[in-house]
Amino acid sequence: MGELIVFIIFATVALVSAIGMVLAKNPVYSAIGLLGAMFSIAVLYVLLDAHFVAAVQVIVYAGAVMTLFLFVIMLIGVDNREAYGPAVPAQRIMTAVVSIGLFAAIVLAGRAAWITGSNAFGTPDLNGTIENVSDELFGTWTVVFLSTVMLLTIAALGTIALAYFGTDVPDEEATL
Amino acid sequence: MTLTISWFLILAAALFSIGVAGVLIRRNALVMFMSIELMLNSVNLTFVAVSRELGLIEGQVAALFVMVVAAAEVTIGLAIIVAVFRRKASANVDELAELRG
Repeated sequence: MGELIVFIIFATVALVSAIGMVLAKNPVYSAIGLLGAMFSIAVLYVLLDAHFVAAVQVIVYAGAVMTLFLFVIMLIGVDNREAYGPAVPAQRIMTAVVSIGLFAAIVLAGRAAWITGSNAFGTPDLNGTIENVSDELFGTWTVVFLSTVMLLTIAALGTIALAYFGTDVPDEEATL
Repeated sequence: MTLTISWFLILAAALFSIGVAGVLIRRNALVMFMSIELMLNSVNLTFVAVSRELGLIEGQVAALFVMVVAAAEVTIGLAIIVAVFRRKASANVDELAELRG
């Protein structure tokens, strides 16, 4: 019962934050909404006995990614002109139809092959502690883990390249 | 009423749909990017929930890999947004129409 109450509270927070993120005109409010959704999802990970993933969620998403977002918002300024400009006629109606239809499709498809494991909820036979996760991560998935190291290095190099070689573009444009 | 896995899956589907709506309705590149992050998060929630239900730790490992890819994607994406902003002085995706034929 306690689990259900925690789930309802944080699922509500996640949904409200997510809707607020989409609807807020000011990007800073959107960032705060995303932060709320990420923290709620971290709480739900704890509810699912995935303690290490919850910690990583808070550190990586709520920490690093949100800091980066807020930093970029600060850098390029809050630009809330035409937050939802009508580029396509009836864009809002189409968006509502597409997203609600997608939700219904996912739920209907899920009902056809609904995941039913053998374990009732609340009997933790799988603890996502750092030990269990890293046994799997460094045992079976070592090569994949090392390739993510390469991916992050390439991402950092790409960011540096974008920062260096993006500067002289306006001059080229001026000569055209 | 007990908490079952389907509650988590329905919540994840709802968050994913909200993210899709955000990408479709918003014109600010930063907010579109945040919506993409929300979709990645909801998929992670599905992974972890199913991992819990089936008793397989691989779902949590997959969630960790998704987080790594999302971090790399945020790095590159925000760098692209800043580079576009330096060129166009705007984060509005409707103003990026140079490739229009």
